Amino acid sequence: MSLFKIFDISGSAVSSQSQRLNVVASNLANVDTVAGPDGKQYKAREVTFQTVMMDTGDGSPAAGVKVAKISEDQSPGRKVHDPSNPSADADGYVTYSNVNAVDEMVNMISASRSYQNNIEVMNTAKNLLMKTLQMGQG
Amino acid sequence: MINRLTDSLDFQAQALTLRSERQRIIAGNIANADTPNFVAREMDFASALREATGATTGAGTMAGAGVTNSAHIPLTLQSAGALALKYSAPAQTNLDSNTVDMDRERASFVDNSVKYEATLRFINTNVRQMLDAMKSANQG
Repeated sequence: MSLFKIFDISGSAVSSQSQRLNVVASNLANVDTVAGPDGKQYKAREVTFQTVMMDTGDGSPAAGVKVAKISEDQSPGRKVHDPSNPSADADGYVTYSNVNAVDEMVNMISASRSYQNNIEVMNTAKNLLMKTLQMGQG
Repeated sequence: MINRLTDSLDFQAQALTLRSERQRIIAGNIANADTPNFVAREMDFASALREATGATTGAGTMAGAGVTNSAHIPLTLQSAGALALKYSAPAQTNLDSNTVDMDRERASFVDNSVKYEATLRFINTNVRQMLDAMKSANQG
């Protein structure tokens, strides 16, 4: 029964999207962190999705999704001139993380919409299955 | 004789199986809406149903196992497992080469679930009609 596979497909999507949301939360939390004593600032992370083909038992394909990799944004951190800050370097610049808050908000909305979509797909599949169970009862 | 009662159900059963297949394909597309390089799949429901129900009436019999006598039972193909899926053309191009058109997928999803329920209702009505026909007059 293909409808049962929908729970696997949408389930994999929901867990991938929640992982994406997790990364966004981590980035947003670190938007104002400064570089430590080693001079390395927080780097924004981003997830990349990948299709994973699932075995349906009857040979037809089912396309789930998984997080293929979490990559770090290698662009330089934001530099602010603030000589009084204890974290400032010799020239008086403080290096913050390279997180772009606007990018992260867009990412967050996109992840949340995709999450909702997949939940709705699962709910519809559940309703259809419940109605299929009552088949022939008049 | 019992065939006469279940023949009309066979068609609806095939339709229901194909509807659930299509539901699964659309769920796969929606799940991969954010996957780079994913190509959306779609099913030509009309031709898939024609193929599936044609097989049960003898039109799609297995090659090499022909029927030479009217008493032979034709070997039919199980067509539900070997669906010829198509690729859906994107309405707009995308930077990450993903061809899922979310508006269309959502529309197809709702369309397919309504039609799935319609098929279920056809089956239920069919069953009820058969039960009514079996009842004797004094059973009300």
